Amino acid sequence: MPEIQNFTMNFGPQHPAAHGVLRLVLEMDGEVIHRADPHVGLLHRATEKLAESKPFNQSIGYMDRLDYVSMMCNEHGYVLAIEKLLGIAPPIRAQYIRVLFDEITRILNHLMWLGAHGLDIGAMTMFLYCFREREDLMDCYEAVSGTRMHATYYRPGGVFRDLPEEMPTYQPADNRSAKELKRMNEDRSGSLLDFIDAFADRFPGRIDEYETLLTDNRIWKQRTVNIGVVTPERAKQLGFSGPMLRGSGVVWDLRKMQPYEVYDRMDFDIPVGVNGDCYDRYLVRVEEMRQSNRIIKQCVDWLRENPGPVVLDDHKIIPPARIEMKDDMESLIHHFKLFTEGYCVPEGEAYAAIEHPKGEFGVYLVSDGANKPYRVKVRAPGFAHLASMNEMVTGHMLADVVAVIGTQDIVFGEIDR
Amino acid sequence: MTLDDKHAAVAAAVEARLGERAQRLENTAGELGYAIAPGDLLDCCRILRDTEGLQFEMLMDLCGVDYLSYGRAEWDTASATTTGFSRGVLGRGDALAETDYQPPSRFAVVYHLLSISNNARLRLKVACEDDGRPMVDSVTGIWASADWFEREAFDLFGILFVAHPDLRRILTDYGFIGHPFRKDFPLIGKAEVRYDPKKGRVVYEPVSIEPRTLVPKAIRDDNRYRPDLSKD
Repeated sequence: MPEIQNFTMNFGPQHPAAHGVLRLVLEMDGEVIHRADPHVGLLHRATEKLAESKPFNQSIGYMDRLDYVSMMCNEHGYVLAIEKLLGIAPPIRAQYIRVLFDEITRILNHLMWLGAHGLDIGAMTMFLYCFREREDLMDCYEAVSGTRMHATYYRPGGVFRDLPEEMPTYQPADNRSAKELKRMNEDRSGSLLDFIDAFADRFPGRIDEYETLLTDNRIWKQRTVNIGVVTPERAKQLGFSGPMLRGSGVVWDLRKMQPYEVYDRMDFDIPVGVNGDCYDRYLVRVEEMRQSNRIIKQCVDWLRENPGPVVLDDHKIIPPARIEMKDDMESLIHHFKLFTEGYCVPEGEAYAAIEHPKGEFGVYLVSDGANKPYRVKVRAPGFAHLASMNEMVTGHMLADVVAVIGTQDIVFGEIDR
Repeated sequence: MTLDDKHAAVAAAVEARLGERAQRLENTAGELGYAIAPGDLLDCCRILRDTEGLQFEMLMDLCGVDYLSYGRAEWDTASATTTGFSRGVLGRGDALAETDYQPPSRFAVVYHLLSISNNARLRLKVACEDDGRPMVDSVTGIWASADWFEREAFDLFGILFVAHPDLRRILTDYGFIGHPFRKDFPLIGKAEVRYDPKKGRVVYEPVSIEPRTLVPKAIRDDNRYRPDLSKD
């Protein structure tokens, strides 16, 4: 009888299914995993330490770069924590705009997740389909903030500017016929809200398309049903949140339970899973996209009817308009102070949590009364999820590791920070 | 700011169960928080998790805080200044040399608990007794999610968690020296890497750049935030 030993295998950090820079050290018995030891930190940029060396507003852009597929949601958590310490609340229109863009971001994130998860476990087409819709949403980001990804759009006290009255259009080019150009610019003749409205009208049909490819697909089910099962008790113990927690059947969504901004005025449902496996989490996320679409519709309707300020009229925190600054000495001084020193935040500490597409994204902020945060701690949902990797893959086959990484919706920007 | 009704009820329940062992935290922007002595931590956490009406079954976050330079500005603005602050005049090290403020203990560990059953949140803060070798009991036995969070606090702040099953570094590089989120660790770091063509490998060297402070930390007295002067 020959002696059979376990062997140790290295997975990543440059593996396409590692969703970034995850290095997994796997102890294997044949093709069965005995122990998985994730090595993280290869993308550690010390965002929290950098934030300590800068005035509050200069770190908003860093937050985009944490979870780089749900940019505005990260900003939202950080901005809410500052607002909590300052004791201010943004104008109602700004709150609607934030909810609108949080939900756009949620769809962006879930589309990226669905495409990549599909690609990882053998459904190539999903990636192409999902990126088609992501492109439209990226255009919304661009229209409102000027950049497609790292928007830096939310500010303590509101948002940077109001929604634009016109959408950027495609220009004629050598490789585009006039007919093609007309079709591409079809939805872009009106305002951003018209564009989003048209998107929200066609998007449920697109989700149906994804579902025809996956939901009853035999291969998809073989790869996801009963893989990575987590019981509700265990999910709570492990600090799960978001779709990971709801997939296990725990009814918990911060948008309903601890509503922030105007989520208490929105009509939407929370999907929950039953079995706590990869397939249930897939169903939860797909349904969340439909619910986000409903919220987007409601926000668009409200925003059309109700013009108003999108940022507080308090020049101790918000810089004055450019035109005012040129005419008015006091505005000039405010502008100068805000851009050289920033504003001081009263001494204290606050924890603000939002329902990020991946789970609970929290920012713990300690201020000693200075113009820079004393300590910023970002509670990234993916960090707690990845910590459970060992437990979720033990006893599964090597190929299931990829399914579990996919179902956890891992993005290294937020885990390594 | 005062607590909402739900958290006021939670506060009453916590104070009834923990009594003197839990000291209410100040300045928390309407959130509920308690300071707990390191010796009482495990006992208090178990009570908070298991008591009916509290049921904090989830540990959402755990982090270290270094209070070394708390409340100390890089640019004194209390009285009218005769000098400005030109860019890059002082690094982190210089600002910390004058020790006019000493916090009671340098390191603290902050826990954020969540109760799904009661829809409530709670913060716990434990001040580590020994500044040189900060040590706290590990709560991994109570909440499994503490595992990586404690590894992170150990890595970044050097806080030791007693009875943690696997206290390794997590975020920093293999073979990293020091604890980078401590306030006396420079922002630019201590080592830099480059490829050495002669040796044919990557080499580590002391940093060659100088620390610069672009915007000085200034603490301004703002009457709007003084409770004794507020209108209501």
